[in-house]
Amino acid sequence: MDTKITVTIDGQEVSADPGQTILEAARSQGIYIPTLCHYSKTTNVGACRVCVVEVENARSYVASCCAPVTPGMVIRTNTPAIRAAQKMIIELLWSSGDHNCLTCEQNGACELQDLVYWLQIDKPRFPIEHHGYEMDNSNTMITRDLNKCILCGRCIRACNEIQVNEVLDFANRGSYAKVGPAFDADYIDSSCVFCGECAQVCPTGAITFKQAKFAGRPWELSKTRTTCAYCGVGCQIDLYTKDNKIVKVMGNRQYGPPNEGSLCVKGRFGMDFISHPDRISKPLIRHQKGEAFKEAAWDEAYAFIAQRLAAVKKEYGPDSIAGLSSARCTNEENYVFQKFLRGGIGTNNIDHCARL
Amino acid sequence: MSDTFILNGKETPYTPGQMILEAAKVGGIEIPTLCYLKGSTPTGACRICLVEVKGARSLMAACSTPVTPGMEVFTETALVHQARKLNVELLLSSGTHNCLTCEANGNCRLQDLAYFYKITDLRFEEKAASDIYPKEDRNPLIVRDFSRCILCGRCVQACNEVMVNRAISQGYRGKESKIVTGGDLPYHESECVFCGQCVEVCPVGALTEKKAKGLGRPWEIKKIRTTCPYCGVGCQQWLHVKDGKIVKVTAVEDAQPNMGRLCVKGRFAYDFIYSEERLKTPLIREANGEFREASWDEALDLVAEKFKEIIKKDGPDAIAGVSCARSINEDSYQMQKFFRAVIGTNNIDHCART
Amino acid sequence: MTVAGLAATFGSGAMTNSIDELESTDLILATGTNTTENHPVIGAKVKRAVRRHGTKLIVIDPREIDLVKYADIWLRQKPGTDVAVFNGLMNVIIAEGLYDKEYVAGRTEGFEALKAVVAKYTPESVEKISGVPAEDLKKAARMYAQAGRASIIYAMGITQHITGTDNVKSTANLSMLCGNVGIEGGGVNPLRGQNNVQGACDMGALPNVYPAYQPVAGEDVRKKFEAAWKAALSPKPGLTLMEIMAAAGSGKIKALYVMGENPLLSDPDLQHVAKELQKLDLMIVQDIFLTETAQMADVVLPACAFAEKEGTFTNTERRVQRVRKALEPPGEARADWEIICGISSRMGYPMTYASAQEIFEEIRTVTPSYAGITYDRLEKEGLQWPCPTVSHSGTKFLHKDKFSRGLGLFTALEYIPPNELPDQEYPFLLSTGRVLYHYHTGTMTTRARGPVERCPESLVEIHPEDAGKLGIADGQKVRVTSRRGTVEVKARITEKSAPGSIFMNFHFTEAPVNFLTNPALDPTGKIPEYKVCAVKLEAA
Ligand code: SF4
Ligand code: SF4
Ligand code: SF4
Ligand code: SF4
Ligand code: SF4
Ligand code: SF4
Ligand code: FES
Repeated sequence: MDTKITVTIDGQEVSADPGQTILEAARSQGIYIPTLCHYSKTTNVGACRVCVVEVENARSYVASCCAPVTPGMVIRTNTPAIRAAQKMIIELLWSSGDHNCLTCEQNGACELQDLVYWLQIDKPRFPIEHHGYEMDNSNTMITRDLNKCILCGRCIRACNEIQVNEVLDFANRGSYAKVGPAFDADYIDSSCVFCGECAQVCPTGAITFKQAKFAGRPWELSKTRTTCAYCGVGCQIDLYTKDNKIVKVMGNRQYGPPNEGSLCVKGRFGMDFISHPDRISKPLIRHQKGEAFKEAAWDEAYAFIAQRLAAVKKEYGPDSIAGLSSARCTNEENYVFQKFLRGGIGTNNIDHCARL
Repeated sequence: MSDTFILNGKETPYTPGQMILEAAKVGGIEIPTLCYLKGSTPTGACRICLVEVKGARSLMAACSTPVTPGMEVFTETALVHQARKLNVELLLSSGTHNCLTCEANGNCRLQDLAYFYKITDLRFEEKAASDIYPKEDRNPLIVRDFSRCILCGRCVQACNEVMVNRAISQGYRGKESKIVTGGDLPYHESECVFCGQCVEVCPVGALTEKKAKGLGRPWEIKKIRTTCPYCGVGCQQWLHVKDGKIVKVTAVEDAQPNMGRLCVKGRFAYDFIYSEERLKTPLIREANGEFREASWDEALDLVAEKFKEIIKKDGPDAIAGVSCARSINEDSYQMQKFFRAVIGTNNIDHCART
Repeated sequence: MTVAGLAATFGSGAMTNSIDELESTDLILATGTNTTENHPVIGAKVKRAVRRHGTKLIVIDPREIDLVKYADIWLRQKPGTDVAVFNGLMNVIIAEGLYDKEYVAGRTEGFEALKAVVAKYTPESVEKISGVPAEDLKKAARMYAQAGRASIIYAMGITQHITGTDNVKSTANLSMLCGNVGIEGGGVNPLRGQNNVQGACDMGALPNVYPAYQPVAGEDVRKKFEAAWKAALSPKPGLTLMEIMAAAGSGKIKALYVMGENPLLSDPDLQHVAKELQKLDLMIVQDIFLTETAQMADVVLPACAFAEKEGTFTNTERRVQRVRKALEPPGEARADWEIICGISSRMGYPMTYASAQEIFEEIRTVTPSYAGITYDRLEKEGLQWPCPTVSHSGTKFLHKDKFSRGLGLFTALEYIPPNELPDQEYPFLLSTGRVLYHYHTGTMTTRARGPVERCPESLVEIHPEDAGKLGIADGQKVRVTSRRGTVEVKARITEKSAPGSIFMNFHFTEAPVNFLTNPALDPTGKIPEYKVCAVKLEAA
């Protein structure tokens, strides 16, 4: 990018990079233009047109997510005519499906709902289309209700351009158009690998996380950023929790590397183990070989270990003791573990399964 | 304590006269409610609080059934859940409920219950639009949307028993039932004094704050607790704020002195904050008699200099201060301290005498 | 393993470059990594590079993994012949003069020895050893050498061999030969299997080094740590995991303290391991579940899961990232560090940290590569070590103008065949690994609804040709037997593995594939040969 160019947005002179879209130039100045189908770092398709703006001397309204800025361009984002056009677009999208947020899991985190609210629409001017699509409830992870789909194509681009799993595409045309895996298959019968990216990017309640259903509304959840506990990629994840349970796991693009908001099936759907009833919750001691475990208090367990370790050390020396650390524990824990064996016991017999 | 009853199989104490709902709460069991309004006569209208009582012919409304000695009560049986769920479904069908366009979305007891009871489709037909009283949107403060009203009667209780304004009551019968003012007039032509207590207690989107529309959904706002800036009651209130702007004001429940009540000023009269006429910079009067805007440094320098001049020429008692009864204690304290310690005079008073 | 191989070559063992760079480099060579299943988010980046950036992709793998669909060239070598294949690639590159002469002259040593050895590995001779067609090998060699910036990614398919260290060194040889180490978009990049393998190594959970790979045998280093920890320390390097097991069996190790590991499912030749562990006087296991290993312990201590504690993990690209508490632990479970401190203090060596952050502050003082990292700085985004000072912004790629050891060292390597190859009695070659839906010994993923729904049980992948000959149908139970044991498992007929080779995962207790695997170790890395052992198959 060599030289900056200047454009005027809502009467404000703005400097932009050549090649930037009007949307990007406006957003970089904190000017709000609503969008639905736009999803950054994927192809701009201009499908929903809710991002329309007025450009002086243009014959019609311009979809700002697709149109590049040109020098001297004069752009208006908030005229009554633009708002009227946006209202019309949202009313059309709304009436193209069944939307009652009372029974929709997306309620409170829905971009269509946000825009209905923002534009203060009370009722669409158009009759509601009832497609009567069957729900895809074929699996335990992702639910699809295409009656709420606004055909923005975000799921398709997420699956093809971000995850490159190449499962989803459009089928049919016109008012029969729908999104999904090839041959209109349910997810479970398709080549889907359940990364959940499509559900994460879907702006409406058309693709949702099944295990989150009835587990808590968006505004009741707390969000904690942490690092995935599985592979070495170290994906940054947001754990959404309620009542000490994980409701869902989301990526977050704002966190940047290493995963830029993407996850795989393990990070996304592999967290049930945390609240599994098999978790051990009390120290267990086997006092004699061959006996059964007995529950014990921490102090008792510590005393038992300290006394037994000390005895072994006294009799056979520190190198008769070894420790296996864990590639699944934190740095702090690994550090303290090896420090204990080296400083507390006096042996270097410490390893972990990096080799395995 | 000798009076006990059996709550979900556990012997639980109660005070004679207590309703099942309250006694259960003390015993650590929450029973969901809709029409129940703490401190008012229970009406038993919504039947969400149903519980099973051993030996009773039907399920009982916990909010309005007094506990009797040794009574056996079950709050979580399958039967109870079914009945509650059915009642939620019936309430939903008593009007039209599409939360997409409802101002109560995210702050609605009916919606909460629909979610809790995992309702996915509406089992009963919604009431036809032609059978619903038209929305009343004619005064600047309160919108009445009868398509959302579940006739729980909380607004009536609040108006009559909590505020005792006696402006509204249950009117008509059967399918025609409606919450009415005297003569079924619109609010602004009725006895209503716009305390907004009915809005405060309405569990759904039937009564909403008109000025809040479009300003922010419940999950987008921050609630800040403060004290009303008007009269000496000192009502405790929540400011609901989004993007630095007040969306609405509600009362703090269960807190002295107002115990969940507000008047029209405390609830609705915050607009002055956004008045265009607010002073935004210091003003200094020019020789020509006109004000001009000045910087803080300039204004403070000028005041300090003038004070020093006067003290030097005419002594500290030539200066007097009028403090403010709407200021916070900290300001009043500082003001008097400034006059006494810095200027050196006791000429300090405020409008309490006027 | 990786650490040993790369440390010998470059002077430090870790992913040289960053994950992000993969998306905009000119060529990716993926070998021994089923990236889309084991590091799916990196897999997506590789696919994105190919589809959206036009990056070339060479896959060298015995199995027809997902990435093959995206590859320009796929070399299907026989398992365990990696050194030969890499030597062959270098043979072509040197013979055709395609290597980076300036780089080789200025930044490396040992080139002449390498040249002499690889000269023997002509494409034709490599074809005989590995089964890779000579023409394909030549094409791949030219494509790699002429690509511009080329990145090598590898995982356990390279390391889990008795020649694992050699394999790692081979990848480094090739990369240096074409001047690809020390540049953005290049490098030798081990994709580490477990979330905090990198951190566990960095923290010195290894028998021969203290934190930041400072050798325990080094006198000065030891003095430094003795002062820092106020304790007398042993100068004698300790035993590795496999040696510890053996020493437990021979009675030299009496007490074993296991934190969050499950050797009873993950180690090779399980029957043997179980016997060894039974001989211990005392075994302490702290974990979140009563794992196979925990069931044998004398004391079991309940630990917090990752979502129940604070701390840091270091990912495969050396990025230190925060772990945060979102949930309360069940019952009386405690964070691992708290438990260790509790035991240590009662043994007369008091450790009294108030928080994970306090431990991290101590780590910074003894771990130079972490010295500049603080919890505050990690709040927004992780930092990649080395990060020596608080104003340092972390290191995207290593060895920029100079290797940690000075010059990069070429190692001339001869091909050594796997320890146990199929024969008449055990005619099939078994490789083990992971599948997308599960992780390691399955303690976590087999308790998650989604992954279990997708992959409820272990399967053995058999080529249709072999299945036909043996009369085995898809879904039929088969018995897999090696010299060490027998496992029963359902068959899955697929062309993923070549005829004569079968593949099983090690996630399920019900089909513990490690009853079969061969405990033969790489002599340097002490990693077992999980990728090759000989088995026989029969319908059960
Ligand atoms: S998709 Fe959005 S607008 Fe439609 S019902 Fe769900 S929450 Fe409401
Ligand atoms: S879950 Fe992932 S793979 Fe499956 S359809 Fe969605 S984006 Fe594609
Ligand atoms: S399913 Fe969601 S993301 Fe996909 S097209 Fe429909 S609304 Fe858009
Ligand atoms: S989400 Fe998947 S790719 Fe990311 S760290 Fe977890 S297991 Fe690895
Ligand atoms: S009153 Fe409640 S349930 Fe009814 S539409 Fe409004 S938010 Fe939804
Ligand atoms: S207006 Fe609200 S409070 Fe009054 S009866 Fe209707 S729902 Fe109940
Ligand atoms: S709360 Fe008891 S009937 Fe409404």
